[in-house]
Amino acid sequence: MAKTGVYSFLVCTLMGVTAYAAFYIAPTEVTMGLVQRIFYLHAPSGMTSLMAFLVSFVGSVAYILTRKPRWDWLAVSAAEVGVAFCTVVLLTGPIWAHPAWGVWWAWDARLTSTLVLWLLYVAFLILRTMIEDADRRALVSAFFGVFTFLDVPLVYGSIWWWRTQHPQPVVFTSAGLDPTMRKVFYLSWLSLTCLMALLIRQRYELEQSRDELRSLEQELEAN
Amino acid sequence: MRILSNTAVLLGKELQTEFRSRELLTTTIVFILIVIVLFSFTFDPSVSESRRFGPGLLWLAFLFSASLMLQPCFLKEKTNDTLSALRLCVADPFAIFLAKLLANACLLLLVQLLLLPIFAVFYNIKVGAVFPQLAMVFLFGSLGVSVTGTALSAISAQVRMRELMLPLLLLPLLVPILISSTEATAALLEEKPTLRLDWLGILIAFDVVFLTALWLFGEYLLEE
Repeated sequence: MAKTGVYSFLVCTLMGVTAYAAFYIAPTEVTMGLVQRIFYLHAPSGMTSLMAFLVSFVGSVAYILTRKPRWDWLAVSAAEVGVAFCTVVLLTGPIWAHPAWGVWWAWDARLTSTLVLWLLYVAFLILRTMIEDADRRALVSAFFGVFTFLDVPLVYGSIWWWRTQHPQPVVFTSAGLDPTMRKVFYLSWLSLTCLMALLIRQRYELEQSRDELRSLEQELEAN
Repeated sequence: MRILSNTAVLLGKELQTEFRSRELLTTTIVFILIVIVLFSFTFDPSVSESRRFGPGLLWLAFLFSASLMLQPCFLKEKTNDTLSALRLCVADPFAIFLAKLLANACLLLLVQLLLLPIFAVFYNIKVGAVFPQLAMVFLFGSLGVSVTGTALSAISAQVRMRELMLPLLLLPLLVPILISSTEATAALLEEKPTLRLDWLGILIAFDVVFLTALWLFGEYLLEE
């Protein structure tokens, strides 16, 4: 418990430092102005959600191979945290897009593929609610988790290829980020990754307690 | 080699059951026809507009109908618990998947090829000259749909709300198929038809990736 408290405190401090850096240390972007600062939340969240989905994939594969429930707990925890970060990307995207491009939503390659990714993992989470038996749920969702993750590069590839074939709104070109901006960006990524680890850990423990509760209930019924 | 002979027998069984009743084929064809007719009310079906929207419309109709058509694939084995019998018969459970997905791919392809002339007449599109190329796009497209769809129908047969769950799981997964087959079909229906190998490549990559995944992990789905 104490360990979790210390870790949570550290993550909160790191997030605070990141927020300060994003607002006061990073220079203001010339063309987009203040609104560009949302970039320090938007882009690292996207990368963090991909990392969480990778963790979920590892959990799914390991569950199929070993059948240890803890891998299933890891898979579902990471998927939920990934969806949360993905939601942040999808919410901050339009907030940034409206002043920058003049529209709330553009069917640009990155936004579209993130939306499809979000839908895929939401489907994964819904699937889990539709099966009562714990072992069956773990196995079936692990299988779907593998399929979903394998689909990610294909979705990104095909949408990117498709979008580059058609006229599209001018997206910001990443022609060299200012060095300070780059540092703040990496700091933000680090703190969000730590937050991701904390959230996955907490969610994992919740799943573990649920499992314990379930087995205690079963014992009680048997007696 | 056992797996191939097992698959051949099971494939024969699947096709025979379908061709005896033809329930799936007729309902799917009529369903797609309805969708195509309904679509015509949503835009002005002139030649140029049809050329723009036609391929996407056609593939959307295929994907929606596939998500319904694949529903009974594993469900029908539940009634008399024939899946257990199938598992006992084959040396490798992958043969069950392989037979079912090949049967589904055949049926889907058949539906597509039967509907293509009707679609061409309705929307004034000429398909005669590019028919072999179109058939190739349809082949790889329907193979991808049936690989993922067969696997997911094994999942949806085990869950609540299965009628909704299969489309919910399958359709977002098929985004790469929808994009690449629509683009490949559109390029073939243009005034100067071209066979787009890049899109065909994505289709084949999709088929290979998911077929391999199914081969590696599929048998676990059939466990009791």
